[in-house]
Amino acid sequence: MVEPGRQRSGAALTWRHNPDPQQAGWVKSDRQLDRERDQHRRAVRSLTLAATSTVALAALVAWVLASSPGWQRVQQSFFSWEQAEAALPSVASGLVLNVQLFLTAEPLILLLGLAVALTRTLRSPVTFPLRVLAVVYTDVFRGVPTLLVVFLVGFGLPALNLQGTPTSLFQLALIALVLSYGAYVAEVFRAGIDSVHPSQLASARSLGLSQGQALRHVVLPQAIRRVVPPLLNDFISLQKDTALVAAIGMVDALNAANIYASTNFNYTPYFVAAGFFVALTVPLARINDVLAARAQRRMLGGAR
Amino acid sequence: MSQLRVENLWKLYAGEPVLRGIDLELAAHEVLCVIGSSGSGKSTLLRCLNLLEQVDDGAVWLEGNEITRPGVDVDSVRRSIGIVFQAYNLFPHLSVLANITLAPRKVHGLPRAEAEQQAHDLLSQFGLADKAEDYPDRLSGGQQQRAAIVRALATRPTLMLFDEVTSALDPELVGEVLDIIRDLRAGGMTMVIATHEMAFARDIADTVCFLDEGVVCEQSPPGQIFTAPAQARTRDFLRRVLPA
Repeated sequence: MVEPGRQRSGAALTWRHNPDPQQAGWVKSDRQLDRERDQHRRAVRSLTLAATSTVALAALVAWVLASSPGWQRVQQSFFSWEQAEAALPSVASGLVLNVQLFLTAEPLILLLGLAVALTRTLRSPVTFPLRVLAVVYTDVFRGVPTLLVVFLVGFGLPALNLQGTPTSLFQLALIALVLSYGAYVAEVFRAGIDSVHPSQLASARSLGLSQGQALRHVVLPQAIRRVVPPLLNDFISLQKDTALVAAIGMVDALNAANIYASTNFNYTPYFVAAGFFVALTVPLARINDVLAARAQRRMLGGAR
Repeated sequence: MSQLRVENLWKLYAGEPVLRGIDLELAAHEVLCVIGSSGSGKSTLLRCLNLLEQVDDGAVWLEGNEITRPGVDVDSVRRSIGIVFQAYNLFPHLSVLANITLAPRKVHGLPRAEAEQQAHDLLSQFGLADKAEDYPDRLSGGQQQRAAIVRALATRPTLMLFDEVTSALDPELVGEVLDIIRDLRAGGMTMVIATHEMAFARDIADTVCFLDEGVVCEQSPPGQIFTAPAQARTRDFLRRVLPA
């Protein structure tokens, strides 16, 4: 069943890699030359149409905005160049905190998520309480809004006055983000593990590998490859959600913008902060696109 | 002592009996071919033999040890049984060489160099010497199935199970896989082969077992079952699958 598809793609590959078809004794027929001229005409036409309609839409949006009665005031309080320049340093230094939080949280989230997902695959009766704990954890932390987790950990944990509980805001914010995102990432990993066909586990076990060895050498490597795009998506989301720590008083990019806005009665810094967050997420989003395209090509190439 | 003995084996899926009291016996170096229509329980029988499925009644003995008794070390039983599946089930993320050396290295604790040497030897023996570094999706179906056989052999099993290993192959690739099984027979491997290739079964089997609706309907040497089947149901089945 797999075979015909593979042969087709194999044939297509050889054809593409052939440097000069003429050498293979192939002279394009008039019919093919006509067809290619027609394809070229169509391509030029679609390109022209796409460019024209893009310019037209941009012009329309600009005209509607500029001709609206409140535009002058909006431009003053949201898009003031001087204000942006003035707010830039403090917003940028706040952004350092967002990046620090993101970079520290990311590896911890991966570890926690993988550990929770693996716990849910355990079979032994001894580990039953761990499995229950894993299920309760994912249920609770996927259900509670991240902002609420930030509040609860940021204000609640220190109030317990337990010995050894961290008091630095950075650590508290880190704990909150890791707990909240760990639950999502655990589910992504679990979906990846479940997506590996049971026959892979069966053939690993039939070679004598134990359940753990089969998981480690056969199931997990395939599962992790499959979940890279959804994981990157969660990380893009995490990059923005680092701004939630503004709620417990940390001066990140959002809070810096907020402070500037409320002292100068101008909202431009919010756009500066937004611009920074977009600049952070766009590279990750493009990496995600590239990975997704590669996975797609592999699938079409017949790999399972 | 028989290499493999099956007694009154029952297997149910969701309350539906698939195997209904199978009895089999196989001496060392013998080849047993299991034939029967789709859904007759051939695959289930093989999966019960290497404990991929838990039996619902009866027992299986391998070299005199009951492998279906409670508390048996499943992994150690599987080390002496190799199985090859219809869909190859190679590991797509590993090269052919890594597919083959995984179990010898991780289960049998062979050093990497030794496992790879053994894998290269087996690969050249089965005409795949130049495919060691390739990933499974670069191989044809026949090559993938041969690699899967090599992978099963690399753990040095004393019993090999083949589960319709040519059913997913294009007709012109079937021969290269069957030739390997013939070679294994010549080398004295004990084998249980579920197959739809009647000419092959006739050629290679010491005993042919016709499975019908979960019971062994008829079991006899190929010369007898293919020329003078004793049961009406065997006759019906063979009339449908054999070219007139």
